[in-house]
Amino acid sequence: MVKSMSDDYQPKIIALVCNWCTYTAADLAGTSRLCYPSNIRMIRMMCTGMIDPKYILKAFLDGADGVFIGGCHPGDCHYINGNLKFKKRMAGIEAIISQFGFEEDRLRLRWIGASEGPEFQHNMTDFIQTIQNMGPSPAKGLMVL
Amino acid sequence: MTTQNKPKIGVYICHCGMNIAPKVDVEEVARYIQELDHVTVARDYKFMCSNPGQDMIINDIKELGLNRVVVASCSPRMHEKTFRNAVRTAGLNPYYFQMANIREQVSWVTKDSQEATEKAKSMVAAAVARVFFHQPLDTREVTVAKSVLVIGGGIAGMQAALTSANAGYQVSLVEREPSIGGHMAKFDKTFPTLDCAACIMTPKMVDVLQHPGITLYTWSEVEKVEGFIGNFEVTVKKKPRYVDEKKCTGCGTCMQKCPTKKILSEFNEGLSFRTAIYTPFPQAVPNVPVIDATHCRVLGQNKKCGVCAKFCETKAIDFDQKPEFVTLKIGAIITATGFQAVNPTSLEQYGYGRFPEVYTSMEFERLNNATGPTSGKVLMKNGMVPKRVAIIHCVGSRDTRHKKYCSRVCCMYSMKFAHLLREKTGAEVWEFYIDIRSPGKLYEEFYNRVQEEGVRFIRGRVAEITDMVEDPGDEGRLTVIAESTLTRRTVRVPVDMVVLSVGLEPARGSEDIGRLLGLSRDGDGWFNELHAKLAPLATPINGIFLAGCCQGPKDIPDTVAQAMGAAGEAIALLAKGIVTTQAEISRIDPDLCSGCKSCIESCTYSAIRFDEARKVAVVNEALCMGCGSCAAACPSSAAGVKHFTDKQVMGEIEALLM
Repeated sequence: MVKSMSDDYQPKIIALVCNWCTYTAADLAGTSRLCYPSNIRMIRMMCTGMIDPKYILKAFLDGADGVFIGGCHPGDCHYINGNLKFKKRMAGIEAIISQFGFEEDRLRLRWIGASEGPEFQHNMTDFIQTIQNMGPSPAKGLMVL
Repeated sequence: MTTQNKPKIGVYICHCGMNIAPKVDVEEVARYIQELDHVTVARDYKFMCSNPGQDMIINDIKELGLNRVVVASCSPRMHEKTFRNAVRTAGLNPYYFQMANIREQVSWVTKDSQEATEKAKSMVAAAVARVFFHQPLDTREVTVAKSVLVIGGGIAGMQAALTSANAGYQVSLVEREPSIGGHMAKFDKTFPTLDCAACIMTPKMVDVLQHPGITLYTWSEVEKVEGFIGNFEVTVKKKPRYVDEKKCTGCGTCMQKCPTKKILSEFNEGLSFRTAIYTPFPQAVPNVPVIDATHCRVLGQNKKCGVCAKFCETKAIDFDQKPEFVTLKIGAIITATGFQAVNPTSLEQYGYGRFPEVYTSMEFERLNNATGPTSGKVLMKNGMVPKRVAIIHCVGSRDTRHKKYCSRVCCMYSMKFAHLLREKTGAEVWEFYIDIRSPGKLYEEFYNRVQEEGVRFIRGRVAEITDMVEDPGDEGRLTVIAESTLTRRTVRVPVDMVVLSVGLEPARGSEDIGRLLGLSRDGDGWFNELHAKLAPLATPINGIFLAGCCQGPKDIPDTVAQAMGAAGEAIALLAKGIVTTQAEISRIDPDLCSGCKSCIESCTYSAIRFDEARKVAVVNEALCMGCGSCAAACPSSAAGVKHFTDKQVMGEIEALLM
């Protein structure tokens, strides 16, 4: 896990990822033994297009410090354009989480193809580092969860 | 709650030999999980996927009355099917099962053992939370159309078509060029046996044409693919040939008479000319010409001509021909779209395009071919026979600035060229290589043979090919400059001819085909197989298989073997005659649906219709692919994908964040 020098803060990160690309890339990272911090908890979806905004809100309200969405590169969607449907929804979702007091940077969408194991590793490491630097969500302490 | 619904969960933690166990403290995970609500039993075992492992689950279901199962092991992409079958064997609905991927996502990617154990605990707990909400799902069996579509008419596609047709299935073979044959039709000899390519290829082409089970669509492209495994509906576009295939006898008079004669021949790699009405090569199958509409005086330039039509005795020329669309019912699809040779122009150090005597390997194939521009004589542009030839390996391959991969065939075809050059011209041949890769039956022997034939091998990547000569006597020749990494000296070799052994890349248009079929491609553009080792011919799309170079560079023996394998996969599917539809499809709760039609708008597959009587949206289960766009779009949570319900996903999220 990424540990900060100052405290024992260990970010909790939920990743909602597409079965056909990012999940497969994660498997490939595994097969290739590409290590990354253990803070990530991944949930397999069939497509980013099926990710309901309420899942993301639920994750934040339940204490996630960051939410990562991994989908197929534009044009590569298994269901033609589910990834783009999700992308369209991003701005709305960012607005919702901001209203709840979660910074937009705590939500990240990336395209990671099925063969991109190293990219998966890099994205995980980078996102965890970003969230680590941001510190715990300030909204978390203000809410009774 | 019925007994079936009162959750009694069995959890099984796999050691996966030494893959999970030493990193993750599996016993600790089992102890932790055992304490969770609704967990009846939590065990760990060496190999859950083995027979004893599966029996353990089956026995527990029967003896302990388990009604839900969690296995924490590898990726569900690996063994979800295995365990679902085990659960089904025990008499339980296979969807009362969930997997936690603690190998690929934990033990293999986490350095610290304690952290790995903690992550595993949380993931298994989440799987338990999710399976709590699982519901029994039904699949339906649908019949399969007993037909195969093969895309691409090279050696891979031809072989796949022949094998499938020989098994008694109807095959449609679609080729975008005027003739089948692909790259292999351009070769003269094949390594390492020096078989005459035409001798083994052209009879196969005729077999394809004459096979009663194969319908050949040349000069055609796949336009649209709909449906699913066993029930694809494919639209093929037959481009206008401007020649009536039924009337044409292939006499060739039109080609002789056509006045537009100076078009660079694609088949001869631009080393000779063709007419506007043409067949790519004399042995083309079918032997029916096409009119190149861009260059034809009538079609392209609006001029008066029509000489071909005047001389055609069977009145086969039809300038008014329009594209024709054919719809096919297809059970299985074999993709065999192949490769193209890398264009070396951008690799400026090799001087391709600047120096006339620098050839690509495909150009050399034609130069060396009996049906090529020089009738098989290896001649320079000035008509002379070269005295010294350099062959440069790994052009565009194994190069971090270009293609990182090894193209697999270049070493061998380079040595084939060397042999043929020695045999035909007696020229001195210098091969510049990085490593010689000759893993194949009789390949290493062939390498030894050409060495014995006096071919020189310099180990070193070529730095530059220049027309600047050191010795005035070499004026007009090219100089190859390289470092011989074995002698650690720079070598400068004056030569008459250079052959660039260019690598392979995915064929033009494979991106579009991938999009039509829904196939993903790797970073280099090759189609992804389902599993690199265990399912090399299948794709993530059920019912679509891969043959030949579209999956990655391959030589002819491997391509043919893979094509037969892909046909075997297709045949296995069709022979069974039925497929099970997926259970994970959308469902719209009519009690919650407000009739806003957001889902209908979001559905890519037009699988949702509006029931005017009830004012609710209804899913067509045959068309739904289970992408869940409707679920995310529905403002009243009426739409949801089975097995990905809000309760299941949110239960998992909640447990992961405990």
